[in-house]
Amino acid sequence: MLQRLSHLLGTEALTSEQIAFILDQAKPFQEFQRHPLKKLATLRGKTVAMAFFESSTRTRISFTTAAARLGADTMALQAESSSLKKGESLLDTVRTLEAMRPDGIVIRHASSGAPDFVARRLEIPVVNAGDGTHEHPTQALLDALTIRDRKGKLEGRNVTILGDILHSRVARSNIHLLSKFGVRITLCGPAMWVPRELERLAANLRVVHRVEEALDGADVVMVLRVQTERIHEPALAPDEYIAGYQLTPARLRLAQPDALVLHPGPIVRGLEIDSAVADGPQSGVLEQVTNGLAIRMALLYHLIGGAAADAPHPAKDRSNASD
Amino acid sequence: MLLIKNGRVIDPASKTDAALDILLDGDRISKTGTDLQASGAEVFDAKGLVVAPGFIDLHCHLREPGQEMSETIETGTQSAARGGFTAVCCMPNTQPVNDNASVTRSIVERAAAAGAVRVWPIGAASMGSRGEALAEISAMKGAGIVAVSDDGKPVATARLMRQVMEYCTPLGLPVIDHCEDPSLFAGGVMREGPQSLKLGLQGIPAQSESICVGRDVEVALLTGARLHIAHMSTVGSLEYVRIAKKTKLCVTCEVTPHHFTLTDEDVCYDSHYKMNPPLASRSDRDALIAGLADGSVDAIATDHAPHHAASKDVEFDRAPFGIIGFETALALGLNELVHTGKLSLMRLVELFTTGPARVLAMERKIAAGEAADLTIFSTDHEWTYRASGSPSKSQNTPFEGRSFRGAPMATIVAGRVAFCRSM
Repeated sequence: MLQRLSHLLGTEALTSEQIAFILDQAKPFQEFQRHPLKKLATLRGKTVAMAFFESSTRTRISFTTAAARLGADTMALQAESSSLKKGESLLDTVRTLEAMRPDGIVIRHASSGAPDFVARRLEIPVVNAGDGTHEHPTQALLDALTIRDRKGKLEGRNVTILGDILHSRVARSNIHLLSKFGVRITLCGPAMWVPRELERLAANLRVVHRVEEALDGADVVMVLRVQTERIHEPALAPDEYIAGYQLTPARLRLAQPDALVLHPGPIVRGLEIDSAVADGPQSGVLEQVTNGLAIRMALLYHLIGGAAADAPHPAKDRSNASD
Repeated sequence: MLLIKNGRVIDPASKTDAALDILLDGDRISKTGTDLQASGAEVFDAKGLVVAPGFIDLHCHLREPGQEMSETIETGTQSAARGGFTAVCCMPNTQPVNDNASVTRSIVERAAAAGAVRVWPIGAASMGSRGEALAEISAMKGAGIVAVSDDGKPVATARLMRQVMEYCTPLGLPVIDHCEDPSLFAGGVMREGPQSLKLGLQGIPAQSESICVGRDVEVALLTGARLHIAHMSTVGSLEYVRIAKKTKLCVTCEVTPHHFTLTDEDVCYDSHYKMNPPLASRSDRDALIAGLADGSVDAIATDHAPHHAASKDVEFDRAPFGIIGFETALALGLNELVHTGKLSLMRLVELFTTGPARVLAMERKIAAGEAADLTIFSTDHEWTYRASGSPSKSQNTPFEGRSFRGAPMATIVAGRVAFCRSM
């Protein structure tokens, strides 16, 4: 029996059944993105609060568009002009938003655990859109959807995650999600960003510090952005990073011939990834963006729509469309 | 006069563990013995209870002057009395910092007027605890400080530590250090390890503490001064203290109840699990318990650190460090150390009495002529801790709702009953 989600705070606490359910629910929404009229009435009358306490472009637009295409209204808090700048606490800010009676809240915050903190105090579903260096669960879900589409299944695949793992919420969410499906995960990057202790996060996880070893036999290469804004360690010279870890066409040839290249964005071309790889045939970067919409529609529908797991899918039931 | 009858007297100084009566006259112990009678004396029946010398807490924050929203000398000492403490040493990181005699005097006067238990202030080691010039240590000594510390942060450099130690030695004051290496601490919010990696919280390596303990032990070797390591939390620090004790240095240390009870595995995004030093690993915790048992650790100190709810009810990384601790200290000691068979009851009492007294070069015993400071507790009274029932102004505790066996039943300070638990 599928355990309904009350929040989405991370992938760590999800069961493989819950993950598979969301991925399956996202499939018709993927198809739906190609429709000329991209609007459902499924969540008509519902409101989703977008509380992005940390600046975001793609994730914020993706969530907002997902809500709009489900027919929901959104209300947005702007990080830069928010009352936080005037000294209001996170708790007071979200309680103020909640008092406007939204049906769910999507939160991004620079502090790890902020969505967890909020979820313990609010009555409405909370969706983590990225918290500090903790988790970014919808990114991992859209990555999983992209891998499943391209590779048929997750089980038994070799996924290499390349970059600053220590400070990456994308990496953590992917590690927790992929390990539930028996994926063999290799983490690689400069040693101070990829400590050996990371191997204790999940089963089937290995830490490797030589990029050639990490790429050997990989079915999927996930390249992370070098997050200069989140790094407490002494910075590494960009040339040093490029020489050691940039994903170049030559290095990609060490992976499986049809290896899929993913990147959560935004890409810093010429730093963590060569443009020829980012734009090449093996790149799934733009698919990831489209899949993000499908995943977020599936999630908002599940969390806010409150339909039973076996209810007809709204994107298949076109009588539901508002056009 | 107050006659305490039928109690089980545990007095570590004389290694006494016997059924004895104690007669208090004014603020002094008048006599001890069996079947004592005193006409006109008020009688406290301590049948089934332990009667111990008054507990001393070497490390607390009473927040007055300057942060009275979180605690005052009045409310903090009332909470201390409920925890069985008859004397508490308050750290100097108030606003203003207790770095001169006028602040010390104001604390002493306030404690005399409103304190439920004795308050022994600790003075800052450096002016404003800024790690530059020495504080007015000699004048503060005249006003009543019992030690110096820049608690909240370490004494900034080895050179300053040397000067503070040299200056304090003829004054007879121990130097208490909050040991951490700022460059390794680096904005961390919990102990570095598998749990910090999972939670995505900036980790503080154990060596942040032990490097500083190592430095301090070296400077103690240079100066021969009395050094006390505050809230020690790692096995590495403990090893430095053991080496120092073997070389006959006057180096002592304290461990908090939360560090012998909880570990970093307990940390979640609830800021009641955020304290400095952070909750350590399981192996550190087990080593601390071994140190408490074998005498390497001298005292249990609470590091009672009240913070009002609004300041703690925030994102984990933005919350201040610290938890309250007076009222759970003895119960945690009994439940985690004595009832589990890891420490004898005598040893636990020592860690609350003669141990901390020795750090301050004082004595603590039950004998005629001694101060009438006594802690009376039960080893089997069952109760559930609720911070809302505390006189403290703050409720920042990870032990809310925890059930205990054993509790302070009465606290007697200078012959007066400062606290008595209603049964």
